[in-house]
Parts: sequence; C-alpha cells; structure tokens
Amino acid sequence: MSNFDALREALPRIIDGIIVTVQLTLGGALLALAVAIAFGLAARLHNPFVRGGARAFIEVFRGTSLLVQAFWLFFVLPAFGIRLEPIVVGILALGLNYGAYGAEVVRGSINAVPKVQWEAAIALNFSPAQRMRRVIFPQAWVLMIPALTNLMIHLLKGTAIVTAITLQDLTFQINRLRESTGDTFFAFGIALVIYFVLAYILTLVMQVVEARAKFKLGRGPSMREIFKLKPDVDEAVTVGRR
Amino acid sequence: MWSWHHAWESLPVLLEGFRITLLATVLGFAIAAAVGLVVAVLRITLPKWASWPLHAAMEFVRLTPLVVQLLFVFYAVPPGVSGLQVGIIVLGIHYSAYMAEVYRAGIEDVPKGQWEAARALSLPPTRTWRAVILPQAIRRIIPSLGNYAVSMFKDTPFLFFIFVAEMVTRAQQYGGQTFRYTEPITIAGVIFLIASLVTAYFIRRLENRYAKQPG
Repeated sequence: MSNFDALREALPRIIDGIIVTVQLTLGGALLALAVAIAFGLAARLHNPFVRGGARAFIEVFRGTSLLVQAFWLFFVLPAFGIRLEPIVVGILALGLNYGAYGAEVVRGSINAVPKVQWEAAIALNFSPAQRMRRVIFPQAWVLMIPALTNLMIHLLKGTAIVTAITLQDLTFQINRLRESTGDTFFAFGIALVIYFVLAYILTLVMQVVEARAKFKLGRGPSMREIFKLKPDVDEAVTVGRR
Repeated sequence: MWSWHHAWESLPVLLEGFRITLLATVLGFAIAAAVGLVVAVLRITLPKWASWPLHAAMEFVRLTPLVVQLLFVFYAVPPGVSGLQVGIIVLGIHYSAYMAEVYRAGIEDVPKGQWEAARALSLPPTRTWRAVILPQAIRRIIPSLGNYAVSMFKDTPFLFFIFVAEMVTRAQQYGGQTFRYTEPITIAGVIFLIASLVTAYFIRRLENRYAKQPG
C-alpha cells in the first residue's frame, strides 16, 4: 500500500484529530483569556489577600510544567472524587497554564498605559470600573495583543501533549499513520504542515483582532478599508508628485 | 488522600529522574545557545538570498510543536541513538530558533558607532565580532537567555513522549505500578515550582545588575 493510499484511508481519522486539536485550542484560548484578564487585574489590586492569591496562582501555574498540570488534573483529581472528561482536563490544563502567563502580559500592559490617561479619567470623574473599562483597558488591549498571539501559538503547540491523557488529537492520529505506513518522514511531514497552517490561521485572526482594536482607538484603518479590493491612493502623495 | 509512605518511597525515584531533567536542560541549553548564536550571526552577515532559507527553517521550527518534533526525530534516527540523546538535540534545536531572535535583537541593539569604530581601527571582521560586538550584545540579553533556560526546563517533561526516564515519566510510571498517582505527581510539581522560583530570583538579580550599568 502506498503512502497516499494509507493517507486516504486515514484521512477521516486525521480530520477527527484536527477537530480535537482545534477544540482544545479554542477552548483553551478562551479559558486562558478569561483567566489572564481576571488574574491580571486581581494582581494589581490593593487588597493584599486578593493580590497575594492572584500572585500565588500565577506563580504556581507558570512554575510547574504543563504536562505536570495535565497529569495532576487527570490522575490526582479522581483521588479526590473529581473525575473529569479528558477533553475538559486538556482545556483546563491549557487554559490555566497559558492563562497564568497571560495574566503577566495583562498586568504589564495595563501598567504600560501612560499615567496621564489615568489622570484624565479621574479628572472626568469616572468611577474606578468605568476608568478601567472605557479608558485604560481598550488601550492596554492593543498593547497586549502581540504577546497574547505568541501565547496562543504556544498553546496550539502545547495541545500536542494531550495524547498522554488518552485524547486522540492530531498528533495521536499522525503517530498511527506513521505506524501503518512505517514512513516517519511522510507522516510527520504532514503533521508539521498541518500544525504550521493552523498556527498561521491563528496569526491571521489575531491580526484582524489587532486591526479592529486599533481602529476603535482611532489609530488605524477600519476592517472595511483593509479588505477593500482597490486600495486608496494617498492623495497627499499624488499631489506632491505632480 | 495523602500517604507519606508513598511520598517517601517515590522521592528517590523522582530525584533520580530530576537528574536526567537537569542534564537535558543543561546540555540542551548549551546547544541552543551555541546554535542560536551561529544562526543569528549568519542571518546578519549572509546576503539576503542566502539567509532566507535559514530564516524559513527557523520559523518552521518555532511554529510547530516540540512534541511532534521529538517524535519525528525519535522515529527517524537509527535505533542506536538513545531517546535522551534525541531529546537533548531536539530541545536544543527547538530553542535555538527562539534564541537566535534574542541574539539578533541584542546585536542590533549595539550602537552603530561601535561598528564604525571597529572599522576605523580596521579590525578584521572576526575580531570586530569577537572583541567588540558580541561582548556588548550578549551582556544585554543574559536575562532573556535565562528565561529561555527556565522555559526549556519546564518543557523537559515532554521527553515523556520518547520514553526518556526524566522526572515526570518516573512519576507516571510509579503511579502505574502502585496506583498511587497523588504523591509522585504532586512532588514532581513542587520540585518544578521550587526550581522555577529559585531561578526566577537569580534572573531578576542578573537583570538588576545589567540594567543598572550604563551601555
């Protein structure tokens, strides 16, 4: 049987694997974003208990390897009477781990918003919640998107560990293809290309998110302008040339 | 829930695995630091058409999962090569792709006047790099390199997938034999946490030291 016959036969399973990988990536990314924002904000509060708790959470999940966390949720939680579906374990491990990294990004970006913006919001008599929601966070959001994109790529690559907790993701299915064809280069070549494409799509989506966030702040073109087929001719340049 | 008997029994097994974890980190880091430097210097000195394939290869290494790379190389190399050797080399190459970017940023951060001064003294290119540019570039990026060392350390459990008996593999095996996962996996986590916190402390000290000196 040639490699391509084997691939054709394995294709439905590989697509199932891709679906598992995409589910983990999206679920993990959403959870990570929520965790990052919640703990990033909490780590800036004045209340020492809230701040200390947030710091402890961030340090624990950043400091203990992703695989250890996945194993802990998968093997140890049942001993405490909590038995979760493997896909839930995967999403939890990825979301908590990368969420902890993201919390530092959120915290750093909020601190990087110029101080005058805080002062202006106070001068306008905004409440602390309004200040954060209407003035500070939208600006911090633009700052944090590139770092969050990097983290999401890491998260996507991190999903490959879930085979160890019995999930049949893309890596698992590709390993089966390798076993059936005996051709390592062929099977993993396909895997690397698929992961590469997924990572590339993720980057494109994040570029759209970044462009939108910038447009909302009045610092960039709108989505409609970006996707317009015929580019605008910059009038100043044309005039200058004449 | 928690049995101290199993905790004490698994501890020596885990520490033995920790030795392999450290070994993989240290050797992998050495490879990553060396290869990353070579790649960064080549990318700056080579003409564009020649450095492009190198850039593409590094992007590919960065954008694909470490686990898949480990499995790929593990099954592709002849049987005589051990899993640990594969693990160290793959970790090293994977992280060299990140470190090359760090070196590059460090090199580009060296003021242009330094290049001009080296030219004015008509230093040969090798001496310009070795005596002028690299010492200044590397000073600046020591903390970043340290951060990658920590993150590499936290990625060594992935060697589980190619059957290397590092700490997490041992914890999982111990659990499989005794049906006690709680103690070994928790202890493995605690060891990682302690090691990460200690290194983070030293990296912060390095950062303060290098940030405060001018240049």
